[in-house]
Amino acid sequence: MTMSEFFHMGGYAFYVWSSYAITLVVLVLNVLVPLRNRRKLLATIARRARRARRT
Amino acid sequence: MNTIVRLYHQMGSPRYFYRYAGYMIPWLAVSCAILMLAGIYQGLVVAPTDYQQGDSYRIMFIHVPSAWMSMFIYVVMAVCGAIALIWHMKLAEIFAISSAHIGASFTFLALVTGSIWGKPMWGTWWVWDARLTSELILLFLYLGVIALYNAIDDKRTAARATAILAIVGVVNIPIIHFSVKWWNTLHQGPTVSKFDAPSIDVRMLIPLLLMAVAFKLFYAVVVLMRARCELLERERNSQWVNELAGPE
Repeated sequence: MTMSEFFHMGGYAFYVWSSYAITLVVLVLNVLVPLRNRRKLLATIARRARRARRT
Repeated sequence: MNTIVRLYHQMGSPRYFYRYAGYMIPWLAVSCAILMLAGIYQGLVVAPTDYQQGDSYRIMFIHVPSAWMSMFIYVVMAVCGAIALIWHMKLAEIFAISSAHIGASFTFLALVTGSIWGKPMWGTWWVWDARLTSELILLFLYLGVIALYNAIDDKRTAARATAILAIVGVVNIPIIHFSVKWWNTLHQGPTVSKFDAPSIDVRMLIPLLLMAVAFKLFYAVVVLMRARCELLERERNSQWVNELAGPE
């Protein structure tokens, strides 16, 4: 099997690759969202704790 | 017996759970990545072309595991909801709502990849077939759970309300599973979970199972990550969270 045959997917390239691409995007988003949330939450909690100590 | 009791109490303790989950996540993530890469390689390169569907059937390696996960996660969510209702266990509440987002993602993937597969094979993106319709209802159930949870300010009340919705929605799971038998419409019947030997080439079965396990591990990773966030938010006033957030 050559490389171009592989990407051609027997004529179904659009359907196969778009499915895999959409899946990749959804899975990556599922990882990124909690990563970002955790960073933001920890920053908010730390900021609030500092403010509480000052007053 | 003593260790089991101790484990139960430790796992119920938010602080211990947070640390333990943080330790587990990298290991689960690495295993997930390895299995997924192996599954994709096996599925796209090693598995032979289907004699009926050509190469379009390779969508199966993400479509079928996504659909399995959409139902599996729903059951997990409902069981966690039941535990939360009966024993008022905070972690069960957290796992239920964390699962909802991931379950909705997999249901969305099952529907979209199914639609993309349906276009070249059935000649249409969508039909109101029993399997497709019940899976769409599953997506709405997930979205309903998420919306209901977000609509109620008090998180404990929200968790109880969503638990009831999740449990009632379980009735949809057997409907999805048996839909291809009860209503003989367009979607094909099961090939792997039949009681006799699965009618699928072993070179296609291996990547399918690899992807199924990889998706399960993916769920485990992301549900732990989400549960940790949810826990931080709920415990934001406790001392251990404040120590964690600000070292100074």
